[in-house]
Amino acid sequence: MKVLVCVKRVPAPGAKINITADGQAVDTAYLAFTTSPHEECAVEEAVQLVEQHGGESTVLTLGPAEADEQLRYAASIGVNKAVLLPIDSAEWDPQRTAAAITSAIQGIESADGPFDLILFGNESADAGNFQVGVRVAYALARPIVNGIKGIEINGDSITARRHSDAGVEVYTMPMPAVLGVKEGINLPRYPTLKGRLGSKKIEVGQVVPQGVLGGQQMVSLVQSAEQASATVMLGNGPEAAPAVVDLLEELGILK
Amino acid sequence: MHALTLGVAADGLAGELAAHGVAVVHQVHHDLLADYGPEAWGESVAQAVRVLLPGSVLACGTDRGNEVMAQAAARLDVPFVANVMSVTAADVWDVTRVRWGGSLLETCTLTADVKLLTVSHHAFEAAESPVAGTTATLSVDLDPALARTIVAERVERAAGVTLATAPLVVGGGRAVGSAEAFAPLEELAALLGGVVGCSRAVTNNGWRNHTDQVGQTGTRIAPDLYMACGISGAIQHWVGAMASKKILAINTDPEANMVAKADYAVIGDLHKVVPAITAEIRRRRG
Repeated sequence: MKVLVCVKRVPAPGAKINITADGQAVDTAYLAFTTSPHEECAVEEAVQLVEQHGGESTVLTLGPAEADEQLRYAASIGVNKAVLLPIDSAEWDPQRTAAAITSAIQGIESADGPFDLILFGNESADAGNFQVGVRVAYALARPIVNGIKGIEINGDSITARRHSDAGVEVYTMPMPAVLGVKEGINLPRYPTLKGRLGSKKIEVGQVVPQGVLGGQQMVSLVQSAEQASATVMLGNGPEAAPAVVDLLEELGILK
Repeated sequence: MHALTLGVAADGLAGELAAHGVAVVHQVHHDLLADYGPEAWGESVAQAVRVLLPGSVLACGTDRGNEVMAQAAARLDVPFVANVMSVTAADVWDVTRVRWGGSLLETCTLTADVKLLTVSHHAFEAAESPVAGTTATLSVDLDPALARTIVAERVERAAGVTLATAPLVVGGGRAVGSAEAFAPLEELAALLGGVVGCSRAVTNNGWRNHTDQVGQTGTRIAPDLYMACGISGAIQHWVGAMASKKILAINTDPEANMVAKADYAVIGDLHKVVPAITAEIRRRRG
């Protein structure tokens, strides 16, 4: 089977996210970058599906030239091909992103044949617009369900599982299909040394992204207000246990 | 203000919607709306928009809310803004929305004939504002092919307390050190009728199942008390824990972000502090 996985390069923040002075972006001067977590699992899933069912996997991203790093990470754990849609900024608005990815997929499919399955992450860690995969699936006239934490291939159909507060919802749909996956679907492997070396040699295909500005345009980023509250210190080490248990009683947790 | 409810099962909401100021509830009935299906639901919203011509359509910023509105937006070829905190409505709307799971806000402009958005969790209190509401039936024409994404089967969750609903969560981070070393946290949680949670570092190490992960890509918790043991408090974890009513951090590092943000803290090694708390509870209970 042929699997495409679409990913986004995002900063990997620690305890606090700082914003640049002009309020236009996350200050990444001291930050590393990573593949957005749900998509990291989508990459692993693509590799596992091809290991189980044969075929090949492709990773695609729309992002700055530096997103080459995330494409090569995917290659280092076993993805076969990589495609970059280079842009001059960190991101495009969701409608424009979806249009560009749709057009790139149509181009790849008309040359190399259709993908049986296209994977997205449920939402990106940074922007969290919750819509690019859905828009792409609709434009390609393919079914999509989000929030997927389990995939099984049975011939031409896919069984996908989604967790909710009430339990698990099971969906069965024909391929070709699109799924938005969530972290927890698998535990992504670490790249091997051989994988890392191999990933340096793969050729990253480039497609010039096509898409017009959408109706949602970012103006600026601001920190969300956090009420500063002084932390009440209950003590040091095991000697603090009585004070902790007093608190448990006070809060009605220990009755 | 009008409301749209999808499927016969939602008809019962009409009274509550009127109590909250909805003048007309448009009830959509169709065989394909008997259970959840993102494509059938999204197509129904899109068709309702074409018939009712609203200026804006709002839904809840849940997994389903975001999914259905994205489907509707794709079908109508209009923008959709997810997880909104506030809006200034003019010709072009100024919108504030959540990024990074709630640790950053984005201000953006929304330009569209019909404005689609979802409202972030807890952004507004549901206020009563009773009106004499009426109901109307709205018919939709759904392609039978959309049955392909309707829930085919359900597996009910086993009864019991979950991470999302537990009154007490005992969370462990990288400092716990191994899968086995969670035993004292399990013991304390069980003693207090709570459950154990963990950080992303723990699930990435394979020490616990992802269903135990508290965080942006795990579960959002809101217990009466969250005991965060050996958790530094990175953004990824914090946004999943920040709705906790009270937080107690147990950490060797007094400078840890979790200690700074917590209501209470014990500075010390969780491997010593947690068993001491369990022993003290047992002592008081006799």
